[in-house]
Amino acid sequence: MARMKMAGDALANDPFAAAFAAQDVQGRSLWIDAWHRLLKNRAAVASGITMFLMILAVVFGPMLSPWAPDFTDWDHTASPPSLVNGHWFGTDAVGRDILVRTLEGGRISLLVGLVATLVSLVIGVSYGSVAGYYGGVTDRMMMRIVDIIYALPFMFFVILLMVVFGRHIILIFVAIGAVNWLDMARIVRGQTLGLKNTEFVEAAQACGVSDKAIIVRHIVPNLLGVVMVYVTLTIPHVILVESFLSFLGLGVQEPMSSWGALVNDGAQDMESSPWTLIFPATFLAATLYCFNYIGDGMRDALDPKDRV
Amino acid sequence: MFLLEVKNLQVSFATPEGEVHAVNGIDFAVSAGETLAIVGESGSGKSQLVMAIMGLLAQNGRASGQALFKGEDLLQKTPRELNKVRGSQIAMIFQDPMTSLNPYLTVEQQMTEVVMYHQKLGRREALEHAVEMLRAVRIPDAEERIHQYPHEYSGGMRQRVMIAMSLLCEPDLLIADEPTTALDVTVQAQITNLIGELRKKTRMAMILITHDLAVVAGISDRILVMYAGQMVESGTVEDIFYRAHHPYTRGLLASVPRLDRDASDDLQTIPGNPPNLLALPGGCCFRDRCAQAQEICSQPPPMWRDERGHRSRCVLEMPDGRVENDPAGEAGSAAEESAP
Amino acid sequence: MTEPVLRVQDLAVYFSSRTGSLFRREQRVLRAVDGISFDLNPGETLGIVGESGSGKSTLARAILGLLSPNRGRVLWMGEDLTRLEAEPMRQKRKELQIVFQDPVASLNPRMTAGTIIAEPLWTFYPQMESLQVEERTRGMMKMVGLLPNQINRYPHEFSGGQCQRIGIARSLVLNPKLLICDEPVSALDVSIQAQIINLLRDLQKKLGLALIFVAHDLSIVRHISDRVMVMYMGRSMEVAEKTALYRRPLHPYSRALMKSVLIPDPVRAREVKQEVWLKGDMPSPFSPPRGCIFHSRCPYQVPRCQADVPALRRMENGNWVACHRAEELDLSI
Repeated sequence: MARMKMAGDALANDPFAAAFAAQDVQGRSLWIDAWHRLLKNRAAVASGITMFLMILAVVFGPMLSPWAPDFTDWDHTASPPSLVNGHWFGTDAVGRDILVRTLEGGRISLLVGLVATLVSLVIGVSYGSVAGYYGGVTDRMMMRIVDIIYALPFMFFVILLMVVFGRHIILIFVAIGAVNWLDMARIVRGQTLGLKNTEFVEAAQACGVSDKAIIVRHIVPNLLGVVMVYVTLTIPHVILVESFLSFLGLGVQEPMSSWGALVNDGAQDMESSPWTLIFPATFLAATLYCFNYIGDGMRDALDPKDRV
Repeated sequence: MFLLEVKNLQVSFATPEGEVHAVNGIDFAVSAGETLAIVGESGSGKSQLVMAIMGLLAQNGRASGQALFKGEDLLQKTPRELNKVRGSQIAMIFQDPMTSLNPYLTVEQQMTEVVMYHQKLGRREALEHAVEMLRAVRIPDAEERIHQYPHEYSGGMRQRVMIAMSLLCEPDLLIADEPTTALDVTVQAQITNLIGELRKKTRMAMILITHDLAVVAGISDRILVMYAGQMVESGTVEDIFYRAHHPYTRGLLASVPRLDRDASDDLQTIPGNPPNLLALPGGCCFRDRCAQAQEICSQPPPMWRDERGHRSRCVLEMPDGRVENDPAGEAGSAAEESAP
Repeated sequence: MTEPVLRVQDLAVYFSSRTGSLFRREQRVLRAVDGISFDLNPGETLGIVGESGSGKSTLARAILGLLSPNRGRVLWMGEDLTRLEAEPMRQKRKELQIVFQDPVASLNPRMTAGTIIAEPLWTFYPQMESLQVEERTRGMMKMVGLLPNQINRYPHEFSGGQCQRIGIARSLVLNPKLLICDEPVSALDVSIQAQIINLLRDLQKKLGLALIFVAHDLSIVRHISDRVMVMYMGRSMEVAEKTALYRRPLHPYSRALMKSVLIPDPVRAREVKQEVWLKGDMPSPFSPPRGCIFHSRCPYQVPRCQADVPALRRMENGNWVACHRAEELDLSI
């Protein structure tokens, strides 16, 4: 009959002493569950592998190429792709190898994508979670600032920066980052508004946990899912914005290049030497597709509908 | 002939951690006008059992066995055929009335939709019929209230609306999955009374699913107790409440707080936690938590049965009973050693 | 006679919402808690029983300062918590803790059982060595009946009852003197409810806690309370010693609650019930009835009940009742 009493007592009996001494059991966090679900999504996995190969290519490719990006091969100007003369993607009007330029351009494009997104992530999450958690006047003021910056015409802002500071690669990061964090802040604020009413946040408040600790430990980890999905969809957006700026001539300066600049150049020679447009455009498009598939896959992985 | 006859029903789910057998071979039958209560803790499989019968399993669920409704196997029917049966011949109400009702439609719209689909009535007749049903479940001012939205009703009233909706097509069988669990005590008593009245007034058969034995004491004819996907005991209401045999059933009865018993002692409990369906102990599924478990329980226990149809799956001897099937072949010897 | 550790005096919490169009703004006031007073002695358990809309959860939060009351005082060890500034109140949280109703929702799904239980220690004792913190965490897990080797598991890997044990461990890790349990077993199966109630009872005896146990069912509260307060629409209907209440309730609502408890006995449950112990449904909280707030549902109401609000007054046997007809009615079960 002793075993009919509460479980705690039962556990104190000798047969269970072994259970006490047992090894700690490994927990299975929700992230790991989501990761496994993501791995089942073939499109996402294929995209992930493709992006990985792409990154390897742009990082190491230019080092392995026999041509330097700014080397002008006067014997083979504007020549179509050929395996014979070593210009696998052909050359542009002044004889620069398109393959190495595309890879080198990829460095800039991907770098802009990743760095600008990272900046917007950090600023957006901090700003949005603070505004959402404190609410009231703080929230309203912070979000009005967001609204005001949102209303600024982006092109105007970029041109202003260019005029004041000259054309510098860093400016691209600044310009794009300064605008992108706004969306992130709004999304994070929305999520925070929902999370701050959950019972576990209330429990933390009842335990006297400080506001800062609540935001860092309870709010942010629980919105990272949504944030991560948004990040994977922001990266292609940022790359496109940079491409657009370069296309307009406001982006990177020669001899540095990005996919956008290459597309710009290629577009001008589209009829005579289409390969100067096709290759950079394909790389750009492939990257955008891949990030979108990964983003979709993450959204599905983090929001399972078929759980029992 | 039985209205619903379930034979060897199995339900399993494919999960990343492995195959989960939520229901592991259940047999039961319900006759017209009879009320069967299925009782068990969360995870016992009681809800999945009826979801399988109704064809409402999640995507990764598989059901096998037979569920003969008026002689036809529901498990073999296509979704379209099931749609004809659901709502008109078999109705189901769920635990949380707030999520069962569409918050964007008025009660009138939701009720008349059901009637018009199944009985091909015109709008006006459907409305009259619906109002009549609301009156039958004691909703005050039914003609006006039917035009309101679900959020304008209280929790108890919403559950009544659900019951009314399920009665619209005069089903032969009503399945209620934890109908009173989310409700206040006084409301629970009212809904339980209402169900009791329905029993008397209609020839409808009912299956009530719950984890609380007290809820079904006054409103069922027979009870089936489930644990870890298996039936551990079944019998008439009197059999279960006054002559409970299986240690789990006894534990469930003992853990219900009663106003007529002494309050100074600790509440009786069943120690331990509901079982992990991925790692069931071999033999008797309950032995990890049973105060009377012995060596022999590592073998599958025999099924006892007495003349009244009271069945129990345990090595302990049942008075007036004989062994119906004995997977381990050890029933006789075990009976001598142990006394309940 | 020892001093009560907690004195709640005329506590009121109102919520207001504005409705209506741009030109016709109306203010609607919801009196969630409308003048509740009670004392709690050291080591005592008070059960607070009420249905949804009674204000019991709001009351629990107001006592702990998670909500600001509109009126009244909460005296903890003589100090008025409602007058404290943010930081001193935060320090008081070491002594006042709460266990929530939904065991799973009250745990951060991204934190392990160990970190959930350890968090209060990090908050108030940041200098504590991590080894000490871990030891104390494992000790708490054992105390509430969990295996310490589960310390790295996440809430979704535990059952409902086990999650509630984690919540209890978290609330006790700082050695509080008052524990408010807000419907801690309502979301659990009946068989597990008994385990948790026994656990709370044992812990209370072992740790000498003052306990407030909020529930919606009189039968649950019976095993753990010394005294019981019955609430309806933000007001106190009856406060009584447990045995006195259960033997003979003095308020019609208390009686209705008791009568509503389902009897796990088929023969008795089937007995035809002719009497009506509760009429109609709960009125809208935005327009509460005048006079006695319960009169619209009371089978014993007389004209006086619609006009005068009955005060909570003390009867001969020690019960406090808010009913005009308390002396004349015989409400034995």
